Amino acid sequence: MIIRRSTPGALHREAARHTPFHPCTSAFCLANEWVGWAGYTVPNVYGDVAYEYFAVRNQLGVLDLSPLSKYRVGGADAEAFMNRLLTRDIRKVAPGRVAYAIWCNDEGHVIDDGTVFRLGAQDFRISCQEHQLGWLSRSAIGFDVHIEDETAALGVLAVQGPTSCAVLKRAGFGGIETLKPFDVRDFDLPGFTLTVSRTGFTGDLGYELWVADRDAVDLWDLLFEAGALHDPRPVGLAALDMLRLEAGFMVTNTDFVSAELALRRNRGRTPFEIGLERLVDFDKGHFTGRRALVEAQRRGPRSVIVGLEIEHNKPAGDALVYLGGKKQVGHVTSAMWSSTCKRNIALATLDARTAQIPDPDLRVEIYVKKELKWHRLMARAKITDRRFFDPERRRATPPGDF
Amino acid sequence: MSAGGETIVIGAGHNGLVAANYLAKAGHKVLVLEACEQPGGAATTEEIAPGYRAPACAHLLFHLDPAVVRELQLERHGLRYANKALATVVLDRDGRHLVIDGVPEGLGGRVVSAVDQRAWADMGSSLRRFAGVLAGFLAKTPPRLGSKHWADRRTLLELGWKTRRLGRLEMQEFLRIVLSNVADLVEDEIEDPLLQTAIAFDAVLGGAVGPRSPGTVLALLYRLTGDGAGLPATRSLPQGGVGALTQAMVDALREAGGVVRCGARVACLRIENDRASGVVLDSGEEIAARCVLSNADPRRSFLELVGAQHLDAEFADRAAQIRMKGATAKLNLALSAPPRFTGLPEPRHAERLLIAPSIDDMESAFNPLKYGELPEAPPLEIVVPSLSDPSLAPGGAHILSAVVQYVPYGLKAGWEASRGDFQERLLTLLESYAPGLKDSVVAAQLLTPADIEQRLGTTGGHWHHGELAVDQMLMLRPLYGAAQYDTPIGGFYLCGAGAHPGGDLMGTAGRNAARRALEREGAQ
Repeated sequence: MIIRRSTPGALHREAARHTPFHPCTSAFCLANEWVGWAGYTVPNVYGDVAYEYFAVRNQLGVLDLSPLSKYRVGGADAEAFMNRLLTRDIRKVAPGRVAYAIWCNDEGHVIDDGTVFRLGAQDFRISCQEHQLGWLSRSAIGFDVHIEDETAALGVLAVQGPTSCAVLKRAGFGGIETLKPFDVRDFDLPGFTLTVSRTGFTGDLGYELWVADRDAVDLWDLLFEAGALHDPRPVGLAALDMLRLEAGFMVTNTDFVSAELALRRNRGRTPFEIGLERLVDFDKGHFTGRRALVEAQRRGPRSVIVGLEIEHNKPAGDALVYLGGKKQVGHVTSAMWSSTCKRNIALATLDARTAQIPDPDLRVEIYVKKELKWHRLMARAKITDRRFFDPERRRATPPGDF
Repeated sequence: MSAGGETIVIGAGHNGLVAANYLAKAGHKVLVLEACEQPGGAATTEEIAPGYRAPACAHLLFHLDPAVVRELQLERHGLRYANKALATVVLDRDGRHLVIDGVPEGLGGRVVSAVDQRAWADMGSSLRRFAGVLAGFLAKTPPRLGSKHWADRRTLLELGWKTRRLGRLEMQEFLRIVLSNVADLVEDEIEDPLLQTAIAFDAVLGGAVGPRSPGTVLALLYRLTGDGAGLPATRSLPQGGVGALTQAMVDALREAGGVVRCGARVACLRIENDRASGVVLDSGEEIAARCVLSNADPRRSFLELVGAQHLDAEFADRAAQIRMKGATAKLNLALSAPPRFTGLPEPRHAERLLIAPSIDDMESAFNPLKYGELPEAPPLEIVVPSLSDPSLAPGGAHILSAVVQYVPYGLKAGWEASRGDFQERLLTLLESYAPGLKDSVVAAQLLTPADIEQRLGTTGGHWHHGELAVDQMLMLRPLYGAAQYDTPIGGFYLCGAGAHPGGDLMGTAGRNAARRALEREGAQ
């Protein structure tokens, strides 16, 4: 195996890095509110978080996701390596397609989730939230693969919202409307080439653009010029957190703890405990964690992640969840008032037994501060599908020309 | 595909043969597959010049499991001793040698002080008591850490109980020294440099550790659990050379209905539904089996025979990290005349001879190992087996066998460039203790760790299939997740020196592994 690293080893001993889009994002970031992410800094809020959130739901949001960790995996054993790494069967993912995937440690506890791009028969790109080079390197023992850390070399721009297809078409992305969800394709533009995938973390129609760092600013300018009529808006991570929750997407280390960060052995979570059993394929041969997961499936989950719909309109962030008003049975990991759905929504971890009770009497303990005075609410909650927002336009091919 | 044995043992080294014997006796149809042209692994006798037969690797028995000898009736199958209790002689260049033959005794003017005599006796008895704590543990399957099984807990409790039964002060002393280095231990109590190295040598034999390396006391205790031909910590020579031991095992196996097939190198395991279902040979031939035991080293067993694609990532990583770079070479000399060590009475030449002038000399010889370089004056363990067993060499001629410590596996300068020089350096070193030896050399054979890897298929050429260090011993040998002979792959077991308890011509790993396989697979 050959490992090439581009991100520094000791991230916290150097200043946070700027992404390739920094000249553009910093010009727009009036609030000057930045957030650290995997050694980089990106805008958390450009101006107004609600405005940015609505831009994605109603027109077009542009997000700098360059700090995503990106790894290119090639070599004669690349497919075998990926299939041993991931819990799903990567052989079923054709070249030109993208797959959502998770990977586990030996104990069957999820380390991280991410998207896997199949760029060729033995050519893959993994993109995920946290640094994974260490884990990938360990997983490469015994495989003829080379792994290149592309994090610094590639800028990532998420172009999300109902008008995203229309704007890309105007910007010269010929044939973009034929791209189906989870397709990935290269596009030639005047002056540079880039890769586009119809993926995203907002639950809306949208694309992610993977561009060489040197072409990043040109791409940004191209989009904002071509899209002028549709008024694209730079969107920060605070709004993205709202968007992803409406879509029911989990965030590692927010909604469940990564096995890499779990200090107590029993805190790691199996795919069955975070609602991703569909990503586990026991029939594909061996993968890391398989033996532990066969056992875990036999034992059944200890807890589950559920969607909650909560009465009132007060967000239930970090709230404890009670059964029958007394017994603590879980906790909320992400919560918001969904302006689009007009519902008070949350993701929560619940005891597996509680989740099996039909229509359980769940109460969520919410603390609300009004003029520096705290009020305690015991709001009723009911378990619901966690894809709170799932519009048809997200899937339509060709997308509507909004 | 040939329908071979229903139980396959990979490797006809002593542990593989021991395991095969126990399984065959329990009714399994056993096929042992050996890559080399003859069985025996590290315990073979080999002709290095016409009429000269030398021990290819190991040259003494001192740790052989008496239960194995008894239960496999090895003596009925031809195991005889040419010399049953070799004394140890630590050579001195000026002829003032030290002989340890029950008590340390000075030779040729060497005076071992009464204080040293007493300290040596006291240390010996307390070390043997401490070794007794470990001894019973070696014949057991080590407990699985964190296990709730009664047998695992009982074994762990027994170890704790035996430690506690030493008494409060003894237990404190045991815990004080068990992870420390042997140099500190002997320098605290003993003044005579040769008496110091006599003890320290056993702590580092076969390992990539110097006498000042932490954990060497534990390796020493491991050695002291040995029961060479019934006498604690003595050495013996089988009649016909060390190869006679494995030959007796092969005969015993044949009687029990087992088959040894040589020249059959296993390329990989056949795995179906997470279970071993046979093996594939280098030739492409596939042989089906109900279960497979591997006497190959753990890294080769897991990363080559099983393959990382059948293992979890952390487990494969641990297998790749096992410290198993060999540090021990072997020099075999065919001599036209008996060697004459200065000041050593003739009968004493048949003993086990050590060249290790002082702890500092040993440590200095260890230092270059860390940098892939060769030592100036390596510690040597020498035996002239032909003095006890004249059948090994033509009349009047002799075989000298030397274990050479601190020879790097990955020599920076490369073996091609250095082999001749290093062999010359060893001969010069021997000549300085035994003048005239050089002129009598008829043939010489130097087996570096790289040669041993190539000949025996042992990754890194490590004599013990992995360093005997606390993090690679007991319930961590060879690695967490496979320390109980069984492995993540159903029907696949480890039976070699890489498994608990470890290296030396012992056979306990093979015996324990067979027992575990019988528990899991059942007798026939």
